[in-house]
Amino acid sequence: MASHRDLPAGLVNHLFSNTGSSSFTEFVGSYAPELLPQRDGVLAAPIGDQVPHATTIVAATFAGGVAVAGDRRATSGNIISQRDIEKVFRTDDYSCMGIAGTASTGIEMARLYRVELEHYEKMEGRTLSVAGKANRLATMIRGNLGMAMQGLVVVPLFAAYDPDRDAGRIFSYDVAGGPYERERFDAIGSGSIFARGSLKKLFREGASADDMVMTLIQALYDAADDDSATGGPDVTRKIWPIVSVIDADGYRRLTDEQVSGYVEQMLEARLISPDGPIAPLR
Amino acid sequence: MSMPFGYASPEQIMRDKADYARKGIARGRSVVVLQYEHGILFVAPNPSRALHKISEIYDRIGFAAVGRYNEFEELRLGGIRYADINGYTYDRSDVTGRGLANLYASNLGRIFTESIKSLEVEVVVAEVGDTPDGDAIYRLTFDGSVFDEHGFAAMGGQADAVATRLKEHYRDGMPLADALEVALTALTEPGGERPPVGQLEVAVLDRTREHRKFLRLVGPRLERLLSQGATPPAEPASSPESPKSPKASEPGEAQPPTAPDGDVDDGSSPL
Repeated sequence: MASHRDLPAGLVNHLFSNTGSSSFTEFVGSYAPELLPQRDGVLAAPIGDQVPHATTIVAATFAGGVAVAGDRRATSGNIISQRDIEKVFRTDDYSCMGIAGTASTGIEMARLYRVELEHYEKMEGRTLSVAGKANRLATMIRGNLGMAMQGLVVVPLFAAYDPDRDAGRIFSYDVAGGPYERERFDAIGSGSIFARGSLKKLFREGASADDMVMTLIQALYDAADDDSATGGPDVTRKIWPIVSVIDADGYRRLTDEQVSGYVEQMLEARLISPDGPIAPLR
Repeated sequence: MSMPFGYASPEQIMRDKADYARKGIARGRSVVVLQYEHGILFVAPNPSRALHKISEIYDRIGFAAVGRYNEFEELRLGGIRYADINGYTYDRSDVTGRGLANLYASNLGRIFTESIKSLEVEVVVAEVGDTPDGDAIYRLTFDGSVFDEHGFAAMGGQADAVATRLKEHYRDGMPLADALEVALTALTEPGGERPPVGQLEVAVLDRTREHRKFLRLVGPRLERLLSQGATPPAEPASSPESPKSPKASEPGEAQPPTAPDGDVDDGSSPL
């Protein structure tokens, strides 16, 4: 099917012709391909260091759901380009994604992915399965591989509530796609090594949502402690991490007041033991 | 001047097409769309659970249709594509019910004039605003005419009779249960039996919801609402206007619907 730009205005409207599937991305690709985030041109020089990068995202399952948290820092090389960037996005009522890597590409991808899920839901009258959602995101990341090789790397972390299992599920990706389903918890971004170490010690099987949010806040703090590109809670400016919880009631993002409660509790404890809670040795 | 064999005047062709479409639409069951306290309510008697007459188009926009299923389904899918591509190109707030109504109007109008058979559909595009003043209900007929309805709209089946009953009972700012009661009263012929809960398709555009305003009301929630509204709403105090066609002044609606040609809809056909 030709692009709508080739047609005399108003004569034929491709909006009413079927592209053969319920995928929004496929439809945009045939209707207005220039809107897709894929860039065909090759950059003269990799620009990876010059555009803002989003950093650390952590996610962990709890009894009957999953929690996702992200710090608020974006960096360009050694510069902090934004202190209050948002990089955890609601993608539909029961799922969300966090992004690490090139912020602009990630935000664009999250926007397209949200429409993709919704489009399918409205066209088909049913929600995609969690595995279906995860696979769809893998295809979108693979589409960005060319740009990733030029330095515009973006890697998401996808979390969803699975009504069939009454449990949260976490999927991670690499630059070439995925998905890799993760048991229990995962972290992505520059601070992920430290966050994962922290989560490994603090994660409790079958914990409540409340406890798991606290665990994520601790993990983000540990990441910010050791990774310069991850931002800790900004007490003076009152900028707190973004925390989202998904369970049978759907997606909800905690308010700043709720998050500041967790953060203050954590900071108070860290005044006494700066390295945070100590996991039992035996 | 001699007429070529088989000549039909354009007026005759248009009239035939319109009659054909009207008959097809009147064969199905009515669908009612009306404003309530927190948004817009859609009610359709529909024995099928899989083939919907009511659908979500976008965050604030809903769709209801009567007539041929395959024809309005095509319109519905086109509308979703239009809304999603516009929301993705610009911003989610830039998708409007008016834009969608215009798209449908041009498409319906073109098919009506250019095709041998016009679409046998009637469509409502409803958009919920931040306040009741921002709500909009557009009714589109098979020939591409757009009617900007205030408060309520009825289409399909004995649409004029349903609209008359709807007008009698409708009040501004009704609670949801009352609005549902009014809709069912309008959809039921006097003395007739109401469709059972399992054969009702009910949805709302609720302005108090976050993100996507569209919500289907099913199962226990719908039953609860129906039992709440079982006490009939108070009769409106307004002066009894002539109970004739409430839309008699609108173009294209002056004549009563042509009597149904086929069998009465017994729910077996998805039309």
